[in-house]
Amino acid sequence: MAMNVVVCVKQIPDPAAPGALDPTTHTLERNGKLILDDSDAYGVEMALQLAPTDAGNEVILVSMAPNNETSGLRTALAMGATRAILVSDPALAGSDALGTAKVLAAAIKRAEPDLVIAATESTDGYTGTLPVQVAELLGLPSVTFAKAVAVDGRSVKVERQTESGYDDVESPLPTVVTVTAGVVEPRYPSFKGIMAAKSKPVDTLTVADLGIDASQVGAAGAGQEITDVSEAEARGGGEIVVDEGDGAQSIVAFLEQIKVI
Amino acid sequence: MAIDKIWVLAEAGDGGPTPITSELLTEARGIASTVEAVTWGPDTTSLAAGLGEFGATTVYDVGDLAGSLPGAPVAAAIAALIEGGNAPDALLIPATYDGRDVAGRLSVRLDRPVLTNVTGLGTDGGLTTQHPVFGGSLIVTARFTGEGPGIYVIRAKSFVAEPSGGPPANVVAAPAPNTGATGAAKVVERHQEERTGPKLDEAAVVVSGGRGLGSAENYALIEELAKLLNGAAGASRAIVDAGWVPYSHQVGQTGKTVKPTVYLACGISGATQHLVGMKGSKNIVAVNKDQDAPIFSVADLGIVGDALKVLPALIEALKSLG
Repeated sequence: MAMNVVVCVKQIPDPAAPGALDPTTHTLERNGKLILDDSDAYGVEMALQLAPTDAGNEVILVSMAPNNETSGLRTALAMGATRAILVSDPALAGSDALGTAKVLAAAIKRAEPDLVIAATESTDGYTGTLPVQVAELLGLPSVTFAKAVAVDGRSVKVERQTESGYDDVESPLPTVVTVTAGVVEPRYPSFKGIMAAKSKPVDTLTVADLGIDASQVGAAGAGQEITDVSEAEARGGGEIVVDEGDGAQSIVAFLEQIKVI
Repeated sequence: MAIDKIWVLAEAGDGGPTPITSELLTEARGIASTVEAVTWGPDTTSLAAGLGEFGATTVYDVGDLAGSLPGAPVAAAIAALIEGGNAPDALLIPATYDGRDVAGRLSVRLDRPVLTNVTGLGTDGGLTTQHPVFGGSLIVTARFTGEGPGIYVIRAKSFVAEPSGGPPANVVAAPAPNTGATGAAKVVERHQEERTGPKLDEAAVVVSGGRGLGSAENYALIEELAKLLNGAAGASRAIVDAGWVPYSHQVGQTGKTVKPTVYLACGISGATQHLVGMKGSKNIVAVNKDQDAPIFSVADLGIVGDALKVLPALIEALKSLG
């Protein structure tokens, strides 16, 4: 039976570029080009493996951005996702995780998912609560920190990371599953995939299209504020030596000095 | 808003509350006059003694979850208590696998946001929170603007646990209402991974490896060195993403926070993502080929060299010391 798998993806500023906080709003600056969050490539790959699109399944990306940015979505479409839903609205700027979850949940609902996949947390914001908030808003079960995922009929079987090992967890579809990095090896988009991605549909919706009141989202709906940003106490002033074959001895001496050995 | 009552989401560990539970109870005691706990599981009565030891006077017991993952039922039980008029001013939740599930679901049920990645708390007309950003080089202070109770997800080792010597907490049953579909995910079997040394987040010595090791096979050097020092083996996100080692070894923003006596970073450049998880270590030793690697900015001893040369020599030297 064909499945609709929704993958929540985030487009983020390139983590290799130095990050900055907007001096007035204290939110993360997102002016530059956005790329697909590396963490989300695992979710896209997982979806493509669980629901091969050449067998009639759909892998649908759902994302949100204040400024119609799609470059990160094109990367995931080039990997093989079938289409994307992008909620883009100036009112979204400054949204907290709950506001974001409300928007994503409304968009995901439109895709009538059998399975929703997300990263355990984004690389830039890393609140780590958003997928579960989406699940609660949709009235769905969730299994977080999946290190292996299989679909068996109308249920999903997950190996879930725990403090001391892992649990085998079963949940009826639809379910929200969050995957840890390294869970699968994300494919590189092929040239054919990159070309095909250019013509794949990206539905752009506003907050109003989703029937959400703009006061619920963005900075207006955020229930938290940043009151101060300060430099952390600096470490350092340590001894840096170039290894001339005596590096190991320097470490031994240091460990002896701090009485570890 | 005065903070008079704090609830701590308490998790059971080996023979008592988990270390982070004790840390949160200790911190809560310093802020509020009343500290209570919320927990679940088959044997809350024995946990109640340990919770009281760290200052909880009452523990609300959601009870045995019959295999359900805790997120949905525990959040529903807490929401039911709060809607029933028994509300704390703040709810402190450990940044653990289950803690974050509870926080996310509770956030929706109460229609309030969550402050996550908290590493410090303060009081300034209400609770303020500290969050490290950009690898801990900046500290952001934040607070809730809406009505309480605030939901705070706090990283391990943000506070030092100290017992108060209190009597066992009073156990009050707080069963979960029917959670319908949201509670349908069930654990069918648990697997304990074999671990020979200490736990990564409790070890006095942590030896971590990164991309500079060159290949997955060379991670054996990290494991051998960790064993020799009676420590735990950690990893950077880069090599977890590459599939060299399981996620459970990951140190950093998206992994574990460690504060050992000494942290040895081998072939790790020190991306901000990594630094935030290990910067609080008492001593840091770094080995990296690139003398401009950011890891050296936090190192007490930095060796500019190839980890694949330094590590085998270090292992030999330690072995010869017996």
